[in-house]
Amino acid sequence: MRAEEPALVLEGVRAGYGDFQALFDVGLRVSPGEAVGVVGPNGAGKTTLLRVISGMVRPRSGTARFGEIDIATTPPHALPASGIAHVPENRRLFPHLTVEENLRVGAYIPAARKRFAERADYVYRLFPKMAQRRHQLAGTMSGGEQQMCAIGRALMCSPRILLLDEPSAGLAPLVVAQVFELVKRIRDEGLTVLIVEQNVAQVLRVVDRAYVLDAGRVVAEGASAELAADPAIRNSFLGGH
Amino acid sequence: MDPFLLEALLNGILLGGVFALPVLGCNLVFGVVDVVWLCYAELVMVGMYGVWFLHTQQGWPLYLAFAAALPLVSALGVLLHLLVVRPLLGAPPINQLLATGGVLFLLQGGAMLVFGTDFRSLGVELPPMEWQDVFISGTKLAAFCAALVGAGALWAFLKFTYVGIAIRAIARDREVMPLMGVDPRRVYVVASAVGGALAGLAACLLVVQLDVHPFIGLSFGPITFMICVMGGLGNMLGGFLAAFLMGVIVSTGSFWWNTEMSYVIAFGFFIVVIFARPRGLFAR
Amino acid sequence: MIPAVVAIVAVLAVVPLLGTPDYFLHLGITSMLMAVSGTGWAMMGRFGLVSLGHGAFIGTAAYVMALLWNEAGLTPWLGLPIGVGAAMLLAALLGYPCFRLRVVGHYFALVTLAAGEIVRLLIVALREHTGGSLGMTPRLAPDAPFLAMQFSKTGFWWMALLVWVFGLAVWWMLDRSMSSKALAAINEDQDAAASIGIQVTSEKLRVTIISAGIAALGGALGAQYRLYLNPESLAGIGISLQIVFGAIAGGMYSMLGPSVGAVFTIALEEVLRVGFGTAFIGAAPFVYGVLLVLFILFLPRGIVGFFAKRR
Repeated sequence: MRAEEPALVLEGVRAGYGDFQALFDVGLRVSPGEAVGVVGPNGAGKTTLLRVISGMVRPRSGTARFGEIDIATTPPHALPASGIAHVPENRRLFPHLTVEENLRVGAYIPAARKRFAERADYVYRLFPKMAQRRHQLAGTMSGGEQQMCAIGRALMCSPRILLLDEPSAGLAPLVVAQVFELVKRIRDEGLTVLIVEQNVAQVLRVVDRAYVLDAGRVVAEGASAELAADPAIRNSFLGGH
Repeated sequence: MDPFLLEALLNGILLGGVFALPVLGCNLVFGVVDVVWLCYAELVMVGMYGVWFLHTQQGWPLYLAFAAALPLVSALGVLLHLLVVRPLLGAPPINQLLATGGVLFLLQGGAMLVFGTDFRSLGVELPPMEWQDVFISGTKLAAFCAALVGAGALWAFLKFTYVGIAIRAIARDREVMPLMGVDPRRVYVVASAVGGALAGLAACLLVVQLDVHPFIGLSFGPITFMICVMGGLGNMLGGFLAAFLMGVIVSTGSFWWNTEMSYVIAFGFFIVVIFARPRGLFAR
Repeated sequence: MIPAVVAIVAVLAVVPLLGTPDYFLHLGITSMLMAVSGTGWAMMGRFGLVSLGHGAFIGTAAYVMALLWNEAGLTPWLGLPIGVGAAMLLAALLGYPCFRLRVVGHYFALVTLAAGEIVRLLIVALREHTGGSLGMTPRLAPDAPFLAMQFSKTGFWWMALLVWVFGLAVWWMLDRSMSSKALAAINEDQDAAASIGIQVTSEKLRVTIISAGIAALGGALGAQYRLYLNPESLAGIGISLQIVFGAIAGGMYSMLGPSVGAVFTIALEEVLRVGFGTAFIGAAPFVYGVLLVLFILFLPRGIVGFFAKRR
């Protein structure tokens, strides 16, 4: 682990699209080395929250900082260089590029280009399947493999925090378990992870803490074990899904 | 086979090579920036005048004039992007198309003001090649080979460089690019520069075969766009193949009828193709 | 708007009676006829259906009319409507598959561009009848000027005025119709429009046919007025872009926009002709080009749109 790892801190963030406000005074903190989950029903604002952190959506008010960096005023394309990597909803791979080319796009920033071979090795060790399929078009792989490729692409820029948006979406239960296993490994290697999920039961097993988001507001937060045991949470989120 | 028909076929393939470069350039820019440069052929014209001027008026050796045309037209492409296209990126797409149509007039008129309406010839000609009664112009063959080299260089750029791969990626999904640390606006500039350089290369290959005049862009501009659309806008390989198809249609068409009819047939074929395959012949 | 137009028309109608010099009558006639074509183009252009091939319709109508007169002796009084009908048929043949197959945006613009080029090249290729790129003149008939539609400038002034008013009236009726709202909805979101029961294909087709007919009427009458037809100035990319330029400069979203644009274009042409002398043929497209870019960059709603917003 690097000496001074930055923390991600959001305070009073409001954000939305046009007339629609998706987030109301959201506060969140992810300390270095932590794995944090954000759970909540569909439309709770989870994706918007991640998009604020990776600069895709500008907060209307409040602050969003990653260490010394003010996310709200940094252009989005400059954020990967400061250590924020975002695996977006639906993976958004480049289906017409090979696995390796997808990794190359992930290593676009100058610092990452220099370390491409080293990082690619790391990703291929993490996901041996990707090594076998390095010259295959990403769009021809299975959903689980594509998710691994998307995570690998995000890891190419040596991030200090990894944002994962619904990594289990659209995957078969067995594959979901594999993906969460990988997330766990990544996190055990010391990378800070912020993961957004609807699959509450699964995600609470791999994160240290979690926030519960509902209708754009944080309605609960706590250690995973506590949340998993909380009857209110169980009823509204775990039971229903 | 009738040697004249064979000759027409071969000429069609050679012509396809010449069409291929502007088609690749147009497709590259469209794929990345999502704008059709309606003045693309006029950029080629500027390059042709550049080579002609440097070679015949300034006495530069031909290869130096060629070497100057590439960066010249490339810079023009960047300028076009920064001054005309970029300010309109948020506007309805059709406004961008029309603005580049304005640049078409501007360059055409500018060429008339500076060089007049005379046909300017470079006056270089390689000896024709003969093989079993089939004559092929040496100049056309050389231009064809150079076009293939240019297309190959473009392929290598898109396949092996970070920016090249990003260009292919951005053509598919531009919103996600900043997550990879890619500033789309910079990639647009690079694509415009490469698109301009391809126009410059096309200019070098055309100026040895054709006289340059202010309206020359109108003679191959429309067919360039047709080929792009036929191959699928933004689809480089499709455009490349469609260029040869159109080259053969035009060339054999003029063999059976005359030049205008061959273009009528080519454009008619284009419209039929669009109705049959609205996203291009080679759309997946 | 309507009283203003009536007043303008009334004033314009008496202009030739006031001993106005031929030169100004000439400018007025060309402006009005170009305004008709621009108004026709804007009927569809304002709904995002950007055609770069209106020259195809003008060329078709003009050459059908002139060839019927020269080769069959058919009076332009019949030849003009037949020519315009041919142009509308062409628009239907082109538009139906385009709209059916959802050829939109850039693809539509480029398909129409190809259509314009096809008509231009066909005119050139049929040089035995059309004179090719050298152009052709309708056969002069000094003994029957009315039958041949070969009037003095005064006669053409009234013809042009009539056609201009007709063009505006069609624009106005279209603007009032349900079609206008339907097309606006289609332009906004085609799928949403279709889902609320709008017949996307037929709405687009109807406006395209009307637009082509009006543009062809103005263009063909212009050819008849000049008594000279030429493939470059009646079909192909050059004339098509010129129509677009006039409509955009004036403002394609208002009824009088394309007319203001036409006056602006013709006036500009005259200023340049006087200002540049022999260099004119280069200066005109150069200045057109610069202005077109500047208009789209800074005044995308055109001259009329700019002042209308101010008010």
